[in-house]
Amino acid sequence: MSPGAHVDEQKLIAALSRGEADAFATLVDRHSPAMIRVALAYVPSRAAAEEVVQETWIAVMGGIDRFEGRSSLKTWIFRILANVAMRSGARERRSMPFSALAAAEDTGEPTVDPDRFLPADHERFPGHWVLAPARWPTPEEGLLAGEARAAIAAAIAGLPEAQRTVIALRDIEGWSAEEVCEALEITAGNQRILLHRARSRVRTAIERHYGAVEAYDYDAVMTEPMGDTEEQ
Amino acid sequence: MDDVACTDVVEVMTDYLEGALPAAEARRVEGHLETCPGCTEYLEQMRTIAGSLGGLADESIPVEMRDRLIAAFRDVRKSEL
Repeated sequence: MSPGAHVDEQKLIAALSRGEADAFATLVDRHSPAMIRVALAYVPSRAAAEEVVQETWIAVMGGIDRFEGRSSLKTWIFRILANVAMRSGARERRSMPFSALAAAEDTGEPTVDPDRFLPADHERFPGHWVLAPARWPTPEEGLLAGEARAAIAAAIAGLPEAQRTVIALRDIEGWSAEEVCEALEITAGNQRILLHRARSRVRTAIERHYGAVEAYDYDAVMTEPMGDTEEQ
Repeated sequence: MDDVACTDVVEVMTDYLEGALPAAEARRVEGHLETCPGCTEYLEQMRTIAGSLGGLADESIPVEMRDRLIAAFRDVRKSEL
């Protein structure tokens, strides 16, 4: 958390304990979107996720006087959320800690189709691109300003829960890696694996949308070697 | 071309972007990127994704639920006074 955010949080906590409803509204507006995303990792429907968020806010309301500031307020809220969501998940479908969900999703498969590369036993260029990524025709205003937006949203919606949650918190909500690890109680390494798999799937979806692949011409490379060898 | 396989480089790209690779491995990746346009483009695309999705943020709880919660907060606090 940045120093500015910390001061901001101290003020918010003070206002909450004075019973200022505006402060509570600020908190609800700030965190509810990310809370829905996290809740959706545990429960099967949007409606159920909204219920979990509501129940969490009621618990926060009742417990704010007992908040001791040993973690950030945000972390504290998301810990409550995880507990509420797990209880709710147990009723509806499953009750798995996020870390277990993440482990179940980790297939260890390559994130890029192996057919895109030369085989590992290729005599000159083992494991090098055959069909390499080509430049995307991204509009100046960014990826989401273009027609790829729908493909990106669909790709994220189709991700396994743990991956979807991590990419949503990191890249949509703008959380730091540390905040994600704390709120979801996963290790830094797990966070990166989930993020990598999620971003890779989104990358593939955008690439398919644009048809942006480029065949490597290894004959040209073979006759005209590039890189370190020619410089020596 | 170097002896680093693109299949390995693509799998450590997020670790690289997050600054989580050991220095020696980061240098190997950087050395590879200098000679590999495919992996360079791949890295650029992963970086673009990391920095571009903020505009998808739009999901919150329904307005009625929000208003009920804030009203409940007011009531709880009032009853404590």
